[in-house]
Amino acid sequence: MSADILTPVLSARWDTKRSWTLATYEANGGYAGLRTALGMDQAAVVEAVKASGLRGRGGAGFPTGMKWGFLPAPDGGPRYLVVNADESEPGTCKDIPLMLASPQLLLEGVIISSYAIDCHHAFIYVRGEVLHVYRRVLRAVEEAYRRGYLGRNILGSGYDLDVTVHAGAGAYICGEETALLDSLEGLRGQPRLKPPFPAVEGLYSRPTAVNNVESIASVSGIITRGAAWFASLGTPKSTGHALFSLSGHVTRPGQYEAPLGVTLRELLELAGGVRAGHELKFWTPGGSSTPLLTAEHLDIALDYESVGEAGSMLGTRALQIFDETTCAVRAIARWTKFYEHESCGKCTPCREGTFWLRRILDRIEGGTGTMDDLDVLLDTCDNILGRAFCALGDAATSPILSGLQFFRAEFEEHITRHGCPFDPAAAALFEYTSRSRENEVALSGAGTVGA
Amino acid sequence: MSYDATTHASLTADAAAIIARYPQRRSALLPMLHLVQSVDGYVSPDGIAFCAETLDLATAEVSAVATFYTQFKRHPNGTYTVGVCTNTLCAIMGGDEVFDSLADHLDVGPDETTEDGAITLERIECNAACDYAPVMMVNWEFFDNQTPESARAVVERLRGGKQVAPSRGANSVCTFKQMSRVLAGFTDGRADEGIGAGPATLAGLDLAKDNGWAAEAAPTAPAAPNKAKETR
Repeated sequence: MSADILTPVLSARWDTKRSWTLATYEANGGYAGLRTALGMDQAAVVEAVKASGLRGRGGAGFPTGMKWGFLPAPDGGPRYLVVNADESEPGTCKDIPLMLASPQLLLEGVIISSYAIDCHHAFIYVRGEVLHVYRRVLRAVEEAYRRGYLGRNILGSGYDLDVTVHAGAGAYICGEETALLDSLEGLRGQPRLKPPFPAVEGLYSRPTAVNNVESIASVSGIITRGAAWFASLGTPKSTGHALFSLSGHVTRPGQYEAPLGVTLRELLELAGGVRAGHELKFWTPGGSSTPLLTAEHLDIALDYESVGEAGSMLGTRALQIFDETTCAVRAIARWTKFYEHESCGKCTPCREGTFWLRRILDRIEGGTGTMDDLDVLLDTCDNILGRAFCALGDAATSPILSGLQFFRAEFEEHITRHGCPFDPAAAALFEYTSRSRENEVALSGAGTVGA
Repeated sequence: MSYDATTHASLTADAAAIIARYPQRRSALLPMLHLVQSVDGYVSPDGIAFCAETLDLATAEVSAVATFYTQFKRHPNGTYTVGVCTNTLCAIMGGDEVFDSLADHLDVGPDETTEDGAITLERIECNAACDYAPVMMVNWEFFDNQTPESARAVVERLRGGKQVAPSRGANSVCTFKQMSRVLAGFTDGRADEGIGAGPATLAGLDLAKDNGWAAEAAPTAPAAPNKAKETR
């Protein structure tokens, strides 16, 4: 493992002038990986990615090369690569800046990966709510066609590939791979029953690899620098470099690319710590769908295995940091509202369950909850977890179950006090007087002095 | 259908270009709905009929898709969609107050449009810019690290017919209709405007450079190709 705590690979060129252009990308060694890959057998490219140990960077952590290996042998019909660029898991903010700064890095990975799985038409599904990112990816594809990296007989290799960049239209569920495929086929974005898995019956019922932006962007480095180099970073089972995104009550929020296995304590130190004068209360290791952790988990290695053993999931490495001014009930109620809003409605446990979870949490936060509500919350979670059609239902229970585990007393305090004990203004990053406090001041008459 | 002949002809030509991008016609539906919004400012009954006719679908099938996605509007949208992130992280960092302040200032609630038709105010979900919280999007361009004052200043300029520049995006925010045309896959030539990365995006890279950190090969691994070293 590298001794260096940060290892910029994907992010290494993000600060160059006009970093998004093909000219800048080529001037810094871009497309060397494609040239190498086109000289290799397709199977050898798949083997290299398998040997690197690269695991999916979109949250689930499934080995990328193994996923490709599940595609059946070519039968003469089309096979597809679909890049999941629908980044919308709360807290997750790595693929969007990657595509804004370095769309060619993604595109080179798309071409190498398509070649590896014998695909001749790849798709990049970008969420529709990031206009400039969509512009940059469209432009990257235009430039690549013009230079002969896309189209017929790429770099004289005899290999052909077309790439279509597709904009979504606002639906978190389309980040789920089968919902994404339905959306790409022009349908409502609702998950499909698995099996069959996309590798066997994916886009247009043809063999399809669906991979996250960061996973695909990591492929050219694996080809140019070698699978062994990649595997030398990180831990034996969680290899490689990965983007860690720090946000919230932290001095210097941002993207920190490090080997898997780094700890939050180490990352926080680099980021200047929790904001001055405050201390860590809770955090998410990989977005709101991963159970909350607290200060006692600062030294857990951020790899797939260790975070799992700690009772959470590595997810997308979206490290949302909340200090002691944050009301846990408010945070959890808001995430629950999100899951209710984004539930696609296909299955009953998730559609109905998230509705009731949101209603109960709203009344607890608003001061009209009862102690029985806490049991109903747990019971409702029990009726969703493992019973929903896709992972969204499970995810909706994560903040609630972990929140009640660590902060049950805070829920109870909202009930017994008939209201929230926190001042939202204390948690904000700018100064203001919160509306609830203004009312209290007005009611107490203190606001009349000098009026 | 009430599109005039010129509009219908140009919609038809654009739809053909969209359909040609996909192996199967129906995949063109989402971009075609963006296209309809670029003409009508929302998914109009005419637009639904046009999509259905072009893709050989029932209008009910088109409506079923259009109503699933939050970016497709059932009523005429303002010239600018102003969206404040009120998902947990942004909300707690101050997004709730930014939203409330804008709602008071504009005298509209969520998903309502100002009387002058300039602004549709929305609460939005996480938009993948958490390291710049609290975040506001104007026609889906990034306005980072907002305060109630900065957000109000942006909407005031917009209502006054002045241009506004996002933190990370094009040099100025385009209209809802112009944005919708780009989302339908028709470029506006503005990809080279703006910056590549904001300060938070570069936080880790800057630190790594200051400390001379890099992803070097471990001694036991085969040497990395020279190219990787040369370009550092």
